[in-house]
Amino acid sequence: MNLYAVRAIYHFEMARAWRTLMQSIVSPVLSTSLYFVVFGAAIGTRITEIDGVGYGAFIVPGLIMLSLLTQSISNASFGIYFPRFTGTIYELLSAPVSPPEIVLGYVGAAATKSVILGLIILATAGLFVPLRIEHPVWMLAFLVLTAFTFSLLGFIIGIWADGFEKLQVIPLLVITPLTFLGGTFYSVNMLPPFWQAISMFNPVVYLVSGFRWSFYEIADVDVALSVAATLGFLLLCLASVWWIFRTGYRLKA
Amino acid sequence: MTPVIAVSNLSKTYATGFQALKRINLEIRRGEIFALLGPNGAGKTTLISIVCGIVNPSEGEVLVDGRDIAAHYRTVRSMIGLVPQELTTDAFESVWATTSFSRGLFGRPPNAAHIEKILRALSLWEKKDDRVMTLSGGMKRRLLIAKALSHEPQILFLDEPTAGVDVELRKDMWNIVRALRDSGVTIILTTHYIEEAEEMADRVGVIAKGELLLVEGKEALMRKLGRKQLTLQLRERLAEVPAALAKYRLELNAEGSAVVYTYDTQAERTGITALLDDMGAAGIGFIDLHTDQSSLEDIFVDLVRTTR
Repeated sequence: MNLYAVRAIYHFEMARAWRTLMQSIVSPVLSTSLYFVVFGAAIGTRITEIDGVGYGAFIVPGLIMLSLLTQSISNASFGIYFPRFTGTIYELLSAPVSPPEIVLGYVGAAATKSVILGLIILATAGLFVPLRIEHPVWMLAFLVLTAFTFSLLGFIIGIWADGFEKLQVIPLLVITPLTFLGGTFYSVNMLPPFWQAISMFNPVVYLVSGFRWSFYEIADVDVALSVAATLGFLLLCLASVWWIFRTGYRLKA
Repeated sequence: MTPVIAVSNLSKTYATGFQALKRINLEIRRGEIFALLGPNGAGKTTLISIVCGIVNPSEGEVLVDGRDIAAHYRTVRSMIGLVPQELTTDAFESVWATTSFSRGLFGRPPNAAHIEKILRALSLWEKKDDRVMTLSGGMKRRLLIAKALSHEPQILFLDEPTAGVDVELRKDMWNIVRALRDSGVTIILTTHYIEEAEEMADRVGVIAKGELLLVEGKEALMRKLGRKQLTLQLRERLAEVPAALAKYRLELNAEGSAVVYTYDTQAERTGITALLDDMGAAGIGFIDLHTDQSSLEDIFVDLVRTTR
């Protein structure tokens, strides 16, 4: 295994995050803090508790998940798209690096940034609302697994995109709506039965529900189902990446 | 000696149907400077890109140091450095960071002393902490060479290394390339500056429309295909070449003041002595003479023209 290459890609990507600290860390933390102010402090005062958890605390896992999903996709898609855009991808393609090493470098760095961001948001949330984490190991497992899976999705988008606007299409038009409708700000059980049934087709419901369970032991769906759904999506992304490298899709002529 | 690169029956047809390479066979010798000449769109970059693993071949085989480039991609690619034609660099990174990145990417452990040596050799040391975006075009070109050399390759591909580079820097580049060859690196450069090939190459390949037209040692090529012409300024103008001199196929200029004799440089006898004797016998005197030899450029243009 070319560990030097994995390390080089990983460090290169992490260096980009520190260089663009405002957009990588500060901006998502600020916007999440605003959610706490608006939904937690302003609207939350009118909603007392959901399943025995104060509203402000209830939305914390969903808000972390919202940032985790969008930032994982954004980091990984930009990471691989930018060298394609500038032409420096030639170096990656001509290097003695295998596809798993490339993925490990890019996706690993994107996932690391997202996990760090998630933990910062968690710490920030602690300043606004009282938090408890019933299953810290599961919480970290969901955090890492989701960050890695959606960074893989971002990597795929970065390969697929042939313009900067396409990098934004999936996060803006698919992920954000699914997250808002995935129980970030409410329990799916609060919906009428029809919409509850519809929500079960939203994969984000399983992510938010599992993640929230690790905090408060309350969940919209069985936690085993949440783990299975996350792992299933991870396998789907891995299969897509394998296909991309096998065919050279949008990488090699 | 085993060739360091052996290309056999290599073809490439792009998805658009454009056939960029047509059954190319080529061997590159260890330690030589090989110039691949060809007009734009001839297939030079495609050939390089296949050897480096950037483009997949449609058919054929490429061996580097006796190893198949696909089956042994790790070993093969770690031996190769590539300087692309376009100035594709990481704009926001520092010179030091991007050069170190390249070394790591090619599987080499960090070696600050080696990076420093390269940057100094390429006159980039003073700029090591500067962002790439602040460098001039010439410096970016040198940076690409530094990146390609960062992992100590045995083979270096230079794709149009002096395109858009001023005369002074071009000469600097030539010196760098010669120094690399002297250190044992095999160099394959593509160029459409004939002067560059003439100046540096040990052997020359001419490619046009995806076909390799010839591969020859530079000196041999110029001997083989080069023509030499003797121009004689006449003492008195002629209306036409006398019949007694017809066998020499002389060309009389429009003013009738000079004749040009074209002869084969490889022939046992050039025929010059006989021509001068016959001219004297015909009463044609001359006041001056000079010879011209066709350049590599003339040979190249002739070759490419015949394929059109």
